Amino acid sequence: MEQVKAIVLRAAGVNCDVETAYALQCAGAQAKRVHINRMIENPNMLDACRILVLPGGFSYGDDVAAGRILANQIVHHLADALRKFVDDGKLVLGICNGFQVLVKARILPGFDGGAEKPTDQPVSITNNDSGKFEDRWVYLEPATSRCVFIEAGRRIYLPVAHAEGKVVTRDEAILEKLDAGEHIAFRYVDSEGCEGPFPVNPNGSIDSIAGLTDSTGRVLGLMPHPERFVHPTQHPHWTRLKDQNAPDGMTIFTNAVNFVRRNF
Amino acid sequence: MKQWRFEICNRSGFDDVGGQGVLEDIKELGIKSVESVCSARVYLIEADFDRDFAMRVVEELLTDAVCDEYFIGRSDAPAGPMQATIVEVHLKSGVTDPVADSVAMAIADMGGKAESVRTARKYILLGTISQSQAETIARRVLANDCIEDVIYGTDAEPPSPHTRPYELNIGRIPIAGLDDAGLVKLSKRRDLFLDLREMRTIRDYYSESGRDATDIELETLAQTWSEHCVHKTLTSSIDLDFDGRQIHFDNLLKETVFKATKDLNKDWCISVFADNAGVVAFDDEDAICFKVETHNHPSALDPYGGAATGIGGVLRDPMGTGMGAKPIANTDIFCFGNPDIKLDDVPKGVLHPRRIMKGVVAGVRDYGNRMGVPTVNGAVCFDDRYMANPLVFCGNIGILPNDKCFKHAQSGNLVMVVGGRTGRDGIHGATFSSGRMTHEHEDIFSHAVQIGNPIVEKKMLDTLLAARDAGLYEAITDCGAGGLSSAVGEMGEKLGAEVDLEKVPLKYAGLNYTEIWISEAQERMVIAVKEENLQAISDLFAAEDVEATVIGRFTDDRKLTLRYDGVVVGQLDMEFLHEGICKYSRKAVWNTPKTTEPALPAKDDYNADLLAILSSYNVAGKEWIIRQYDHEVQGGSVIKPLTGVNNDGPGDAAVIRPKLDSDRGIAISCGMNPLYGDIDPYLMALSGIDEAVRNIVSVGARSDRIALLDNFCWGDCRKPETLGSLVRAAQGCFDGAMGFEAPFISGKDSLNNEFLCDDGTTIAIPATLLISAFSIVDDVNTCITMDAKEPGNLIFVVGLTLNELGGSHYYRIHGAGGVNVPTVDIETAAETARRIHLAIERGLIVSCHDCSEGGLAVALAEMAFAGGLGIEADLRGLPCSDDCTGAERRLFSESNSRYVVEVEPACYDAFARLMLNLPFGQVGRVVSRQRLAITTRRKKTVVDIDLDRLKEAWQKPLMLS
Repeated sequence: MEQVKAIVLRAAGVNCDVETAYALQCAGAQAKRVHINRMIENPNMLDACRILVLPGGFSYGDDVAAGRILANQIVHHLADALRKFVDDGKLVLGICNGFQVLVKARILPGFDGGAEKPTDQPVSITNNDSGKFEDRWVYLEPATSRCVFIEAGRRIYLPVAHAEGKVVTRDEAILEKLDAGEHIAFRYVDSEGCEGPFPVNPNGSIDSIAGLTDSTGRVLGLMPHPERFVHPTQHPHWTRLKDQNAPDGMTIFTNAVNFVRRNF
Repeated sequence: MKQWRFEICNRSGFDDVGGQGVLEDIKELGIKSVESVCSARVYLIEADFDRDFAMRVVEELLTDAVCDEYFIGRSDAPAGPMQATIVEVHLKSGVTDPVADSVAMAIADMGGKAESVRTARKYILLGTISQSQAETIARRVLANDCIEDVIYGTDAEPPSPHTRPYELNIGRIPIAGLDDAGLVKLSKRRDLFLDLREMRTIRDYYSESGRDATDIELETLAQTWSEHCVHKTLTSSIDLDFDGRQIHFDNLLKETVFKATKDLNKDWCISVFADNAGVVAFDDEDAICFKVETHNHPSALDPYGGAATGIGGVLRDPMGTGMGAKPIANTDIFCFGNPDIKLDDVPKGVLHPRRIMKGVVAGVRDYGNRMGVPTVNGAVCFDDRYMANPLVFCGNIGILPNDKCFKHAQSGNLVMVVGGRTGRDGIHGATFSSGRMTHEHEDIFSHAVQIGNPIVEKKMLDTLLAARDAGLYEAITDCGAGGLSSAVGEMGEKLGAEVDLEKVPLKYAGLNYTEIWISEAQERMVIAVKEENLQAISDLFAAEDVEATVIGRFTDDRKLTLRYDGVVVGQLDMEFLHEGICKYSRKAVWNTPKTTEPALPAKDDYNADLLAILSSYNVAGKEWIIRQYDHEVQGGSVIKPLTGVNNDGPGDAAVIRPKLDSDRGIAISCGMNPLYGDIDPYLMALSGIDEAVRNIVSVGARSDRIALLDNFCWGDCRKPETLGSLVRAAQGCFDGAMGFEAPFISGKDSLNNEFLCDDGTTIAIPATLLISAFSIVDDVNTCITMDAKEPGNLIFVVGLTLNELGGSHYYRIHGAGGVNVPTVDIETAAETARRIHLAIERGLIVSCHDCSEGGLAVALAEMAFAGGLGIEADLRGLPCSDDCTGAERRLFSESNSRYVVEVEPACYDAFARLMLNLPFGQVGRVVSRQRLAITTRRKKTVVDIDLDRLKEAWQKPLMLS
């Protein structure tokens, strides 16, 4: 069987690329870490690739706003290549800073293909209500049945680590549109599945939104870090758990690889 | 050319985080009349694009369509009755502005071109304040006057971006003829921090060669000979008078700390006390290295910048070790003054401890997180005597291939500087950090503060590792204290080097050659490159936008030759530079203080005492700090700093897996207890080592692979009493290392941590020894944590409890010190550590907690609330000495070498057999009832507290906003 090729996009300040590539390999993909300069020089490298991941980190030091500068590079150098990539039925995953980039490049939520004018950016991600960076584990409840990365009905446990993770919408109508169109991929919940205030919702995201998917269900962005729970000992209290400790983060990567195997 | 000005602020309905933070800091300055603060980001863009494009820049790039709104031009103060003070903070002319660089790049991505981009921050302070108050706020809260200018109102012009170029002007100093008075004056005038004997040595060197010194030569000598760089105190010959006994050392370090390493002669030690970090074996392919540095003086002046560049600096130690290691974990240990002290009681020239703490934590957070290196272990210690001299210890562990542990620069190699540009920041850091601080330092030495840019360091790291693996350079070292002077001087010590200083890329024009040479600008490394590799390595750096420049060449004349525009501005013999410093002999005295044990009345119960100790700042939870650090990036996290059923209990040591496809791990811990040092510095050192070992072993790491690091932070060691306590601590280090067979592999000292107040009094820090430890975990799946696991399990204490409340927290909350500092029975201690490790490896223990600050009662409380399970303890089973009478001694004595462990009933026999001949006993069991209940003789209940109350007492004190 042909190996599923994945690219993990690097840029100045990106710092979760190694473990993200490792998680993809654990899921059976062949992952390559590629610097944005190389991809701008040669966007055709995306042809052979099936999964593109924008990993976490602080691209360009969060200058101007988290993800803004890298998003601007993508919009002005890779927009068409990425559009084609998604239209060809391939997958895009943005984690933490990568999610911020996808939103600020208007690839997410991608109502009708993300054709909005820059000034009509429907969604953004801003400072946590706590006003500071925080690293803590959260429960995520799937909120859509049509995102290929997500196992419907499976609540998962992952860490967040960010200072700007609060998802906000331009207005009430946008929020309703996100909900109606099943663009909300995950919501922050407690261990019982109920939404709640901090720390259940670690950043104050509107409607407890932890992740978004586009209209195709093949683009996913989320603040939590699935690549940080692919080994049992990454669980914050694994020493208390006997056998019930399957690494939840793997589901995201495995679902992506399996989707590609089924469809390509 | 048109100058565009854009102001961006939050749309109403979105928090102005920047403004709120500033408001808090203003309140902490004691200025209460400011009611609110609005902040805005200002962009000044010189460009000839038209209004349409300008609109695109502000709307598509600078403004977030959802959260922000923008103003083109310069907005006025908001209308309304309240007084509005407008303050704008601009970077000083030429200081690098990473945001501006990113914006310029982004504008190019949009198809435009900006001549220049500058950014500024604008604050509107609402409330009635005087101009002098506004200036205080600007200086203390809004701006760092080392790098920033402040303008008030809406008319004043921002500083011009243009700087004056430098014209060569060689400074010659006729030193040959100077007498003692002249030499002392010269050292003082140029902030050389060299004493008379050193100045005489230098004078004689020039008298022989019969020429004047140049300014750059003196600066090079001052930096190379600084306490910070050569540790002249710890390597000097010392005569110690210890309670009347005379002990002589030819070289203190060589005969204590180094000697233990030499005598133990472990085959897994690869490179010790030789490189930028100590290197030990990890597995068949890789080695690990560890270095802990202090950044005390800079953090006192500029807590945020000082701490950020502290972590940034120590990251470059592993990066500059061998052929370069990849940083995989940070540690951070802080000592602060009492955060509750009144602002009026803070000496002039000193920042409030709370302000220092917040700034330091934010600095470590922002630099460490951006570098993508997890901060996994740390500690915080509070004492009034740290108020003027906060201590900031930053550590970093790196991993490097076994065949890349050594470097060999050769004559003919090119000297290449990689990474950030050189600016006026950090000048005199090495010399200044070697001297005593005064209330005037914040003015005189503001330029000694460095400015960090972690993204530049991250880019440099990524490309350097690629160059290392491609074998494109021969040697590497970091530009730390002393800048290029130190880096090139050390690398070329045995060879010789010539440097053309005008080739060094600058942040801005105007630096003279000496400033270029000694600047401690951050994010720079120096590598030695073969001519034939120059093209390949230059391409590699260019491909990821990292600057790398050839600035000279290593020679074989054993001379350091410095040129500017072809003119020789300085030349020194490497031998004199590195060997010329005179040897010192010093007197040290240690008289054991004649203190006594306090007589505290026995009580019916000790609930209040236990709660008070849990709430004391040194013991209380540090979650507020820990969560601000990314402790999971790189994906290797195994045992996190917070553990337990709710992920909020105090883990003993951190464990990481440096290689994602391997279950072999590293455990990292530390030990430090300055309170003991006041009474007995020798036992402080032994206790610190014992604590670090206990922490390591408690999570399941090997007891026979522990490597140690020392960090001595002391006061003015020209005072025999101060030096005496340091010598006693060094002796403790030797005995501890030998006893545990745990060699020291690296160390650092920071002396003269004293502060001269404007009233003439001085504040000296308590003698502070930080012991950092790390060891190997063969299989991380065998690791355990400290939280109570299951009702019905048995609780044992392994190790003897003695009558040792001296320097304890129990005494401290009662305002006493005492004399019975915890001792260490080193043989039993080492054997206990060995058996605990075996028991964990064999799965006989389900949780283990080291028994330290606050004693047994605190350890039991922490295990209980971390596990969300009660513990019923009966101290009749506690192994203790005959004189360990009275409940308070059994509950709160801080005797070393003790472990509290949880054992499943099924494992009781095997566990007991393994502990045979060690002092151990069952003291209770885990229960589902949510209380900690401790009974002692005659079934008398001395502690009975609900878990929630225990946890709240422990969590609350340091849960800051």
